[in-house]
Parts: sequence; structure tokens; C-alpha cells
Amino acid sequence: MFEGLEKQFYQSFVEGDRWMGFLKGLGISFEVTLGALLLGTALGILVAVIRTSHDQQAPGKNNFFLAVLNGICKVYSTVIRGTPMMVQLLIMGFVVFSASRRLVLIAILTMGINSGAYVSETIRSGIMSIDKGQMEAGRSLGMGYVPVMRHIIIPQAIKNILPALGNELITLFKDTSLVTVIGLADLTKVAIQVQAKTYQAFMPFIGIAVVYLTVVLILTWLLGKLERRLRKSDRH
Amino acid sequence: MIDIKNLSKSFGDNHVLRNISEHINPGEKVVIVGPSGSGKSTFLRCLNLLEIPDEGVITFEGKEITGQDVDINKIRQSMGMVFQHFNLFPNMTVMKNITLAPVQTGFMKPEEANESALALLSRVGLTEKADAYPSSLSGGQKQRIAIVRAMAMKPKVMLFDEPTSALDPEMVGEVLDVMKNLAAEGMTMAVVTHEMGFAKEVADRILFMDQGIILEQGTPDELFGNPREERTRLFLSKVL
Repeated sequence: MFEGLEKQFYQSFVEGDRWMGFLKGLGISFEVTLGALLLGTALGILVAVIRTSHDQQAPGKNNFFLAVLNGICKVYSTVIRGTPMMVQLLIMGFVVFSASRRLVLIAILTMGINSGAYVSETIRSGIMSIDKGQMEAGRSLGMGYVPVMRHIIIPQAIKNILPALGNELITLFKDTSLVTVIGLADLTKVAIQVQAKTYQAFMPFIGIAVVYLTVVLILTWLLGKLERRLRKSDRH
Repeated sequence: MIDIKNLSKSFGDNHVLRNISEHINPGEKVVIVGPSGSGKSTFLRCLNLLEIPDEGVITFEGKEITGQDVDINKIRQSMGMVFQHFNLFPNMTVMKNITLAPVQTGFMKPEEANESALALLSRVGLTEKADAYPSSLSGGQKQRIAIVRAMAMKPKVMLFDEPTSALDPEMVGEVLDVMKNLAAEGMTMAVVTHEMGFAKEVADRILFMDQGIILEQGTPDELFGNPREERTRLFLSKVL
């Protein structure tokens, strides 16, 4: 397996400019990660706000509209968190959007919806962790529930859960390797294709493992920096 | 200005307010005192519906605010509130804390809100803190900012919920001074406090609450000088 490593390396990455394929695959992995993160966070905030505003209603009050939305959110969380992401990808790719070839979009949509279900729980706990005096102060000034959430509660909640959101970003990036199953040419898929052409598994797979690890280490470092800076503004 | 009729509120089996009726006149300074657990904070918080009363009718400037179809946000815009724990928004500068509500509610344009905030800040002597974050302020400064924040909506009445209870003793004075100035300007005020000196000096009327009712009330002279109820006498002998 370790014989002629140089030759293997040459065949896997250099011959036919294969490294460009890997680079393109990495680009697609990034694209899916970023899209899914944005969609997931947006969905997560929406679901978290619906669920907390439902739970925070004054005792005795029960808004029917809110109850329906809350029910939808609960089903969403349960179904998404109760099924494997790969199965979700297969369903979205081959059942729901079987006619579409816009694979990047399908991947972003599926992973974003998946991520939203997890992020919503994180954001919900972030919102719950904010002192209720903050909501009272905002409301006592005559601001509505939604503006108080938007300007006062959610910014503080996001800041508190930033480490958790950072982990979500890293998880998402690693999970993009799953989109291979719908035929999208992400980093992992490129490695599989190269293996099929060169009959060599070692270089392409170890190679992408190193790439994934490097990206994760860089992301971890960047998130650490961001966190430290945010904490500094606390002490300001 | 504020009329309260047959107000009751329970938390579970705990009857915090029992059938309270009271009236606060325009320009009046009402100080509410009493032992802890007597319901005074809950009473105050019912006035702007931070607590929803179980029973009773509250009327503010002729409008029944406990009824259906009331825009409570509109009502609260003319009722300022100051909390024991300040509740400043830690994610915003002092300036943003003050201008957020006036701008968000469409009450003022941003420039107008900034100007009015600076004017208010200079009145409490904290102009230089405009760009600071709340975490860098002392307790007394925080509470003065919180008062300014409430004043920025140009309220018709100010509710104070134990505004000095969370402060270090040496900072109580600066907050009370701001409140005294407010009182001198004719603001209608309802104040829950343990500062008997402030009550004596500023109050038009003192309400003594015990076990969910207003047991006794009167001018500071009447209440402090010659309390009728045994329970009041006992309380005052402990705090004076």
C-alpha cells in the first residue's frame, strides 16, 4: 500500500490536473455549508421564536394561530431530528426533487432544514437564558414582543450560544460529505471519482481527510478569536 | 389619572393582592411601603400590566386598560417603569439604550431621539457615558440611566419598583436625587421603596400594604407621626 507513494500522489492529484477537481469539490462543500448555515440559522430563529412566544404566553391566554404554528414546529423538530440526514438527502434528492438537477440547491435546502431543527433548540435555550427583566424592560417601554425579541433578546441570545453555533458550523461542514449520495460533486465525491479512475484509495481518501481536518482546525481557530473579541466588548 | 377597582391577583394558592381599590391623581407622588411579600411590587406591576390581574379594572386616563382590544404597547409608552435590577440592555451603548424605544415605536426620529437623550443625560450628569456599555457603569449610574431611558418616552406617569434596593448604600443618594428632581417637576409617580426618608420628603400620600391589601394610608405626617394600625406601627418601628 505504501509502495510508490510518489507515483500514487502524482496519479491522484497531479495527473490530468486532478487537484483542480478536488479544489472545485472543496468549493462546493463550502458553498453547501454556508448556504445550509444561513438557512439553518434563519429557520432556527424562526422556530425558536415561535416556540418560546407560545410558551411565554400569559397564563390563560392561548392564541390559536400560535398553537398551530407551534404544533408545526414540534412536528418539524421531531421528524428531522428523528431521521438520519442521509435518508433525508435521499428523499429530497430522489423523491421530492427527483426531476431537478440543481443539486447544490437541493443539498443546501436539505442540510439547512436539518440544521434548523438542531439550531432552533440551541437558540431556544439561548433565549431562555436571558434574564426575564430584559423582556419586561423592553415591553414596559411600549415596544411590542417581536421588536423586543429582535433588538434585545435575540442579539444577546446569539452571543451566548455562539460557541454552540460554531460547533454547528463545523458539524455542517463535515456532514457535507453526505451530499455525495445525491450525486453532487463535493470534495468526497471527487475523491471517490478519482479512486474509481486510478484504482487507488489511499491518496484520495487520506488526502481529503487532511483537507477536512485542516479546514476544521482553521474554523476552530477563527471561532475562538471571534469569541474572545465578543467577550472583550462585554467588559468594554 | 390611574384608577384601580377591585384588583386581585394570585400566584397559585398565594393571594398576593386582595380586592384593592385605589386612585392616583395627576401630579401626585404616591409611595408604597410595607413588609416584603405584602404585594407592593405586584400591585405596581399590575398598573402597566406586566402582571395580568386576575380580577379588577384598571383605568388610565379614562381608558380601561384591563379590557379587551386595548393596545397595551400604546398605554405603556406613557407609563415609564424603573426596575430594582435596572434591566439595562447590556448589548447596547447607553445612548442606544435610551433611544431604542423612542425610535422603534416611531415616537421620535433618530436625530430627535439622540438630541433628547443627550439633554436627559446632562440632567443626570452622565453625558460622558453616552457611548459606554452598561457593564462599565456603577449601580447608581445604571439606575440613573434606567430612569433616563424611561423618561425618553416622555411618560405621563413613572412607576418605580424598589429603585434603590439593589444599590450599594453610597449610591442610593444619587438615584434618589434624580427622583426628587423628577418629583419637583411635577411628574406623577408611584414608588415602591424602603427609603423612608425619601417617602417623608417627597410623598403626597403613603400607602402601607400588608398581606395583599392597603391596610392604611395617609400623608407622611399622618402615617409616620400617628399610625392607626398596630401592624403599621410594628413595621415602622423596624424600619425607621
